[in-house]
Amino acid sequence: MKINIKHIAKLANLSISEDEEKKFDSQLAETLKYIEGLNEINTDDVKPTDHVTGQENVLREDTTAPSLSQEEALSNTKTKHKGMFRVKGVLTSEQ
Amino acid sequence: MKPVIGLEVHVELKTKSKMFCGCSADYFGQKPNTHTCPVCLGLPGALPVPNKTAIEWCVMLGMALNCNIPLFSKFDRKNYFYPDLAKGYQISQYDEPFCLAGNIKLDSGKIIGITRVHMEEDTGKLIHETVDEQEVTLIDFNRSGVPLVEIVTEPDFDNAKDVRDYLQKLQQIVRYLGISNADMEKGDMRLEPNISLSSDGKLPNYKVEVKNINSFRFVEKAIDYEIKRQTEILERKEAPVQETRGWNDVKQKTVSQRTKEEASDYRYFPEPDIPPLRWTNEILENFRKQIPELPNAIKDRFIKDYGISEYDAEIITREKESADFFEETVRIGEKENIKPKTIANYIINKKINAKEALPADLIKTIISSSTYASMDSSKIKKVVAQVLKENPQATEDFKTGKTQALQFLIGKTMAKLKEKIEAKVIIEEINKIIK
Amino acid sequence: MANLNSLTIAQAKEKLKKKEISSTELTKACLDRIKKLQEKLNVFVTITEKEALDRARKADEELKNGSDLPLLGIPIAVKDNFCTMGVRTTASSKVLDDFIPPYESTVTQKLKNAGMVMLGKTNMDAWAHGSSTETSDYGPTLNPWNTKHLPGGSSGGSAAATAADMSIGSIGSETAGSIRQPASWCGVIGLKPTYGRVSRYGVVAMGSSLDSPGPITKSVEDAALILEIIAGHDPMDATTSSLPVPKYTTSIGKSDKKLRIGISKNYLEGVDNKVIKVFEDTKKLFEKLGHTFVELELFNPKYAIDVYTILQRSEVSSNLARYDGIRYGNDRSFFGEEAKRRIMLGTFTLSSGYYDAYYKKAQKVRTIIIKDFDEAFKKVDFILAPTGPTPALVLGASEGQSMFGELADVLVEPSSIAGLTGINLPAGFSNDGLPIGMQLIGPQFSEPGIISIGYEFEKETEFLRERKPNL
Repeated sequence: MKINIKHIAKLANLSISEDEEKKFDSQLAETLKYIEGLNEINTDDVKPTDHVTGQENVLREDTTAPSLSQEEALSNTKTKHKGMFRVKGVLTSEQ
Repeated sequence: MKPVIGLEVHVELKTKSKMFCGCSADYFGQKPNTHTCPVCLGLPGALPVPNKTAIEWCVMLGMALNCNIPLFSKFDRKNYFYPDLAKGYQISQYDEPFCLAGNIKLDSGKIIGITRVHMEEDTGKLIHETVDEQEVTLIDFNRSGVPLVEIVTEPDFDNAKDVRDYLQKLQQIVRYLGISNADMEKGDMRLEPNISLSSDGKLPNYKVEVKNINSFRFVEKAIDYEIKRQTEILERKEAPVQETRGWNDVKQKTVSQRTKEEASDYRYFPEPDIPPLRWTNEILENFRKQIPELPNAIKDRFIKDYGISEYDAEIITREKESADFFEETVRIGEKENIKPKTIANYIINKKINAKEALPADLIKTIISSSTYASMDSSKIKKVVAQVLKENPQATEDFKTGKTQALQFLIGKTMAKLKEKIEAKVIIEEINKIIK
Repeated sequence: MANLNSLTIAQAKEKLKKKEISSTELTKACLDRIKKLQEKLNVFVTITEKEALDRARKADEELKNGSDLPLLGIPIAVKDNFCTMGVRTTASSKVLDDFIPPYESTVTQKLKNAGMVMLGKTNMDAWAHGSSTETSDYGPTLNPWNTKHLPGGSSGGSAAATAADMSIGSIGSETAGSIRQPASWCGVIGLKPTYGRVSRYGVVAMGSSLDSPGPITKSVEDAALILEIIAGHDPMDATTSSLPVPKYTTSIGKSDKKLRIGISKNYLEGVDNKVIKVFEDTKKLFEKLGHTFVELELFNPKYAIDVYTILQRSEVSSNLARYDGIRYGNDRSFFGEEAKRRIMLGTFTLSSGYYDAYYKKAQKVRTIIIKDFDEAFKKVDFILAPTGPTPALVLGASEGQSMFGELADVLVEPSSIAGLTGINLPAGFSNDGLPIGMQLIGPQFSEPGIISIGYEFEKETEFLRERKPNL
């Protein structure tokens, strides 16, 4: 099994240097080889466990609770403008 | 070449609090980033706890759309990166949604299949601006985490008119259930048609999704535009590109919308922070009981029980308030020997605002104005049409603005109706037909 | 008074109650110790000296007024993945270098409500990714017993703080081993509660289906005391159990019951001889106490490594997606190599076409592991095994080893995957003076029993406590 490092990095929103790409290529291949040991286990007719607690229907009533103030919400950002978080423009549309 | 159209509709629920946290969901017009908390802002370690009411409403909507409600359901994470998505994933439902395989019957009698109805959360709102000569995107997370229901249809439509009819019906049902204002302008209801053309009756291998449509009229226009655009491409023996386009209202056309969003491999997996949901038949039955009588059923009942025309019944049941108002007025009117038909006509012709008027007052008004015959609006319509047809010159004159011609047409109509009726009603009909 | 900082919580409480000492004295003693050792051991990422002294002074007032909050005036070190309002929380990653949470984790809130004096935030593997504390962006923490060795991880700072008497007790969190393994390498008690027993709200998420906050303390009684405070249903965490919280401290000294303890040979495979020797001694001691041993054949723990690796990486890839530098912290280029490697693998194991082969397969084997334990616990009350295959490894051991943590944690992973509870009990030393720990694993919510037998064992091994790291 070979992982397409560039594609995965793109999906993961990570920029990977060429050095890292090489390194990850071999390390992840090694890890994959290791974890493929799972194939030795027959899991036909076994249901996956997503939750170990056995809990179900854990819901909250539709009531409101106080929100953060705008100042608190923005307190950790480095880029804000007019009470909003600010990033580089993301939309490019054919005019 | 046959259009193949499917529809994804997102409806924002009007719960008090957001889907997974206690922030107020009533964000419209509020100061940016004042309705957020660690959960909907995606701060480290914050965890979602689902809103019971939102889930119940989603299931009830599914029931109203004749869906199957599986006894077991769960939330999943849909992973992708976009600045409006606080957590880097949206909590949604993947392979086990709350509602499956429903349908809606259109006025044409055609049945549109509903693939699924599922629960998810809204994203923040992006505002694109130029600040200091730089293209920037500003983010307001007030909307982040507001409950959103997605209704997905089968690709069962082949024309824009049916799509519009479907949307009106869906909007009506949502409003009857009282789970959303479904106000297009406020973005409570968002429409994403996907359109492709088939030459062989099979599902085409591409589809074009159109986003950013904020009215039913534009959805019709966008679909018609896409059908035309794709037809031209296919006629040139080219293949339309699978893509997302946006509706440009100013240019009255769809435009290709390239975003910086990454390739779509959403890497869904079961949301580990939220235990699954399991219904019992008793609980589901209890939900079912809470579903009010829906517009189609009320319409049929009004026609049958009160003898009003289908046309009148359709108008009166468009909104739950007016249907309720009508029935209450009929109940009071019964004592005064006022026929439901008269009441219906009165409500329609006088454009009674059911949210403001009182049934008892309406009955009083009807009694006091009984010098005027109340008349089946469809009859007026028919007569007006006839008069216009018989008097082409006067009709032309009226169109060019000669008011005398209007007086003439009113007189003719009244004479033909052989009954006293308000001129205003006739004018309205004339205007309707001429426009 | 000498060495106040080496008191246990229970001892310190007693002295505070009798007014023999003040919280200020106690807190100062800890802070002095921290100042003395921080440079040497690199235990804390952030030291909150001023806040601690302020709180201690207030605690002294409250003590005077007769308040009997369970942790009033007790200095505690908190792992740096618990969000603390107004106090920088980094999870030992430069991504969160300047992140100051505007909210408090449920666990620290409960501890604060109970009167805790927080000393600061302890070092850890960045994002809790590791079992060495070497992957911290703020440098490794060193083992108080031998500074050439690692303290284990990811709660290495919390374990070292407790072992080196820099705090009276500490808070850690375990995904698979992160409490028990560093506790074992540092020679202290580490109690990993049942998944869902303690709220994860406000704890920087790692493996959401596994994360369990818990105490790292100098005694079993202290662990019970802290667990009693932090356990319980949290309306902010849908995975917490609504079962009532027992008075864990009442389990102390109540161990007249003779238990059946399971052992499984495959938990001893590849285990260092020094550790095996301590295991045999421990077994003998339990037998002497009247407990009986039952041979089990548990599902081979080596497969737990595979399951854990897949589930943890997958959840990590999603949990770390929120760190985009927009709302807080630095952008994704600040992730260290280990985090990137984990995100990459997890992104792959969830990606289209591979989900079934990896993630789903792992969740199925998880079911098998759970059933295997269920069967075992029909035959025995608890399972005894070494906490790790070796005593503390030397600095640099994790370097470039993408499976280092998994191999170091092989014996704790199966129980973590099944959401069980477990405790590390210091059980001996290697010839070169490194602590060796044994773990008891119990069924879900068997903490009272674990505490009870743990305390019984601790009483019989008081001589171990006489040895202190030479610092």
